[in-house]
Amino acid sequence: MRDRLTLSTLGPLAALFALILLGAGLNENFLSAANVTNVLARSAFIGMIAVGMTFVITSGGLDLSVGSMAAFVAGMMILAMNALQPSLGVGLPLALAGIGVAILVGLLAGLANGLLITRAGIEPFIVTLGTMGIFRSLVTWIADGGTLSLDFSMREFIGPIYYGGILGVSWPIIAFAVVVVIGEVVMRHTRFGRYCEAIGSNDKVARYSAVKVERIQLLTYVALGLLVGFATVLYVPRLGSASGSTGLLWELEAIAAVIIGGTALKGGFGRVWGTVVGVLILSLIGNILNLANLVSPYLNGAIQGVIIVLAVVLQRRKSSAEGR
Amino acid sequence: MTTLALAGVYRSFGPIEVLHGIDLELHPAEVHALIGENGAGKSTIMKILGGYLAPSAGQVLLDGRPVTYASGPEAEAQGVVVIHQEFNLAPDLTVAQNIWLGREMGGLFLDHRAMREATQGLLDQLECKVRPDARIRDLAVSDRQMVEIAKALSRNARVLIMDEPSAVLTHREVEVLFRQIDRLRSQGVAILYTSHRLDEVSHLADRITVLRDGAVVRRAGRGELTEDGMATAMVGRDLKDIFPPRRTSFGPVALEVRDFHVPPLVHGVSFTLRRGEVLGISGLVGSGRTELAEGLVGLRPHHGQILRGSAPAQVRSLPEAAAHGIAYLTEDRKERGLLLTKTLRENLTLSTLADFGAPIISRKLEDAALTRAISDFDIRAPSREMAVGNLSGGNQQKLLLAKTMLPEPEVIIIDEPTRGIDIGTKSQIYHFIDRLAREGRSVIVISSDMPEVLGLSDRVLVMRQGRVAGELAGEAIRETAVVRLVMGTSEEISQNA
Repeated sequence: MRDRLTLSTLGPLAALFALILLGAGLNENFLSAANVTNVLARSAFIGMIAVGMTFVITSGGLDLSVGSMAAFVAGMMILAMNALQPSLGVGLPLALAGIGVAILVGLLAGLANGLLITRAGIEPFIVTLGTMGIFRSLVTWIADGGTLSLDFSMREFIGPIYYGGILGVSWPIIAFAVVVVIGEVVMRHTRFGRYCEAIGSNDKVARYSAVKVERIQLLTYVALGLLVGFATVLYVPRLGSASGSTGLLWELEAIAAVIIGGTALKGGFGRVWGTVVGVLILSLIGNILNLANLVSPYLNGAIQGVIIVLAVVLQRRKSSAEGR
Repeated sequence: MTTLALAGVYRSFGPIEVLHGIDLELHPAEVHALIGENGAGKSTIMKILGGYLAPSAGQVLLDGRPVTYASGPEAEAQGVVVIHQEFNLAPDLTVAQNIWLGREMGGLFLDHRAMREATQGLLDQLECKVRPDARIRDLAVSDRQMVEIAKALSRNARVLIMDEPSAVLTHREVEVLFRQIDRLRSQGVAILYTSHRLDEVSHLADRITVLRDGAVVRRAGRGELTEDGMATAMVGRDLKDIFPPRRTSFGPVALEVRDFHVPPLVHGVSFTLRRGEVLGISGLVGSGRTELAEGLVGLRPHHGQILRGSAPAQVRSLPEAAAHGIAYLTEDRKERGLLLTKTLRENLTLSTLADFGAPIISRKLEDAALTRAISDFDIRAPSREMAVGNLSGGNQQKLLLAKTMLPEPEVIIIDEPTRGIDIGTKSQIYHFIDRLAREGRSVIVISSDMPEVLGLSDRVLVMRQGRVAGELAGEAIRETAVVRLVMGTSEEISQNA
């Protein structure tokens, strides 16, 4: 269905603008370059994952494991870089090796989820609930309950991946923007996106229309795994460490962002730019609570929860109007 | 004396009035048939009679007294029961649980045995072999319809409203249904019956009301209206040419199937199909017709030989079937054919999307294809951007036909081309099929609708229990011959064929 500008389409956008106005009214630093960069850069991790999640949910799937997967990927990346440092030395080759490991581990983790779901035919919820526990437990075990830290000199070297940028725009923001643009084009204008929507609407119809249903579904999980890998590459330079609590609840934030953005939770309709709006709404709420002293920041989760429920109520109205 | 009646009933949805002053009377011990094209207002009338909708103006009279029901269940409590076309069955509950849903037997604890036994009794009456413990999910569509009917029987209805109950039933099941209707009629139940099969109507109905565009255009008693007369009254114009004239010349063999098996349902089927020919496949639901078709296009594992022209063709998947120019139009347009929440364009191009540009799909090419499909197949949609689920069944079917024809297949297998479609659109689809044949394509029509098979086919293949029971051509294509083969009462014909 063409994305017409209706009330339900504009809802999330209007909420985003309202939040921006509210933030600007409450604190003059809200619109400062430093704060905007901070909010966007922190949104980038969840945002990239949420773009991948949009495809998974649109095709009728779900992935609860992405937060744990990010922790696992981060752990592997740090482990690999620390192990290779004596032979490669501090420098670009080691950084590239670390990036390669992160992307590869992300891809394999996504592949594992996807194969279990499409080949073994197990419910996505069950599979990823299982791998969610497995990934996180593995990181905790490898870190022996503590923290895996990148060697200090290497941490200095890759720091600019998070903190640097060009023309005053930091790398995470640039990477996020690229992922969003590609995601939007793929969803709206390519066969892959159309097939995701078709499978999510009715996988039987898709099968009878010569769509390779399992392959498309597998690809959505692999792509999500890859994006978790990318997100982790940007995340590790920020702190230079990983632990059992890295990426905690990211899966919920990513899924919430997708739903707030107007993608149907039961699949069949996906909106990548809506997901971006959803991510920004969620991070702005936290940011405004921190900047303004109106409400305790500890209530961040409660306010996000209200927004999520509201978004679904709006969606329900829309679908009941369509399903006449 | 009337049991249930409508007096001057109007109904509007928003600004649009769909019923314009309907008077209708249901008498005890009578079958009253309500016929009309899709969109004539039958469903709205049935909903008002069954308490699911309130009239905007006018009255519903039960035993001569005006009634207003708050809901369907309230009407049921008064003995007015509707058998819906869209089943109201919970798929994960058993047959018995469904039949007694909301009226369970027993006190604090449910009396499962009593309910099972009562269910068995109802199913036995209907000669339905389904077990009371079977889950609805595991039942065939026709069995679900029987369960729906059993549920209505269990309610001791005084008025029974049946919305196209025969649409998904096999020949044999329809006969059982008719016997039950006769039994209920003799017990004094007032029955409202709708069907697109006019032969059923003339067989069953004591009284016929014909609707067109929300108004009654004709009332008749038993025997006063021929089937042609009914069709003419429904459509409002003469329908002499429901079926196109038969084709006379055929090209070379386009498809040959030898010793084809689709385990476990189809065994050793062989046939040929010429260019320009329409081959009808008849048989009961469950005789392996659909499975044969799905095997031929690679949707089911199979073994045996498929030859296109004289070259062997290997068809293990839909894309391979498409590469050999074979296409299949499913019998289940809502669950297998179309994405009901998507637009016409997205549905039309779904199976041939690779032809519309890669990696970026060209919206312009897609729109052009839709424009062509709309004019070629006379698809009437109020808007190109609307969800396909909001189209009428006939227009959905035309769109599905356009989608199937998009890759220009040479062999087209159409499973139930006109199920649940009004007579005007049916005729249009028959002419489309004829056009395809005259273009030199080969068409296989699988159908439970006997007049359709007889009227369309150049040759008829009858299937029974997964095998070809016989083949009829030319003058030999007569209803009695087909029915005999379908039922398996004439072995000699199948041997001679």
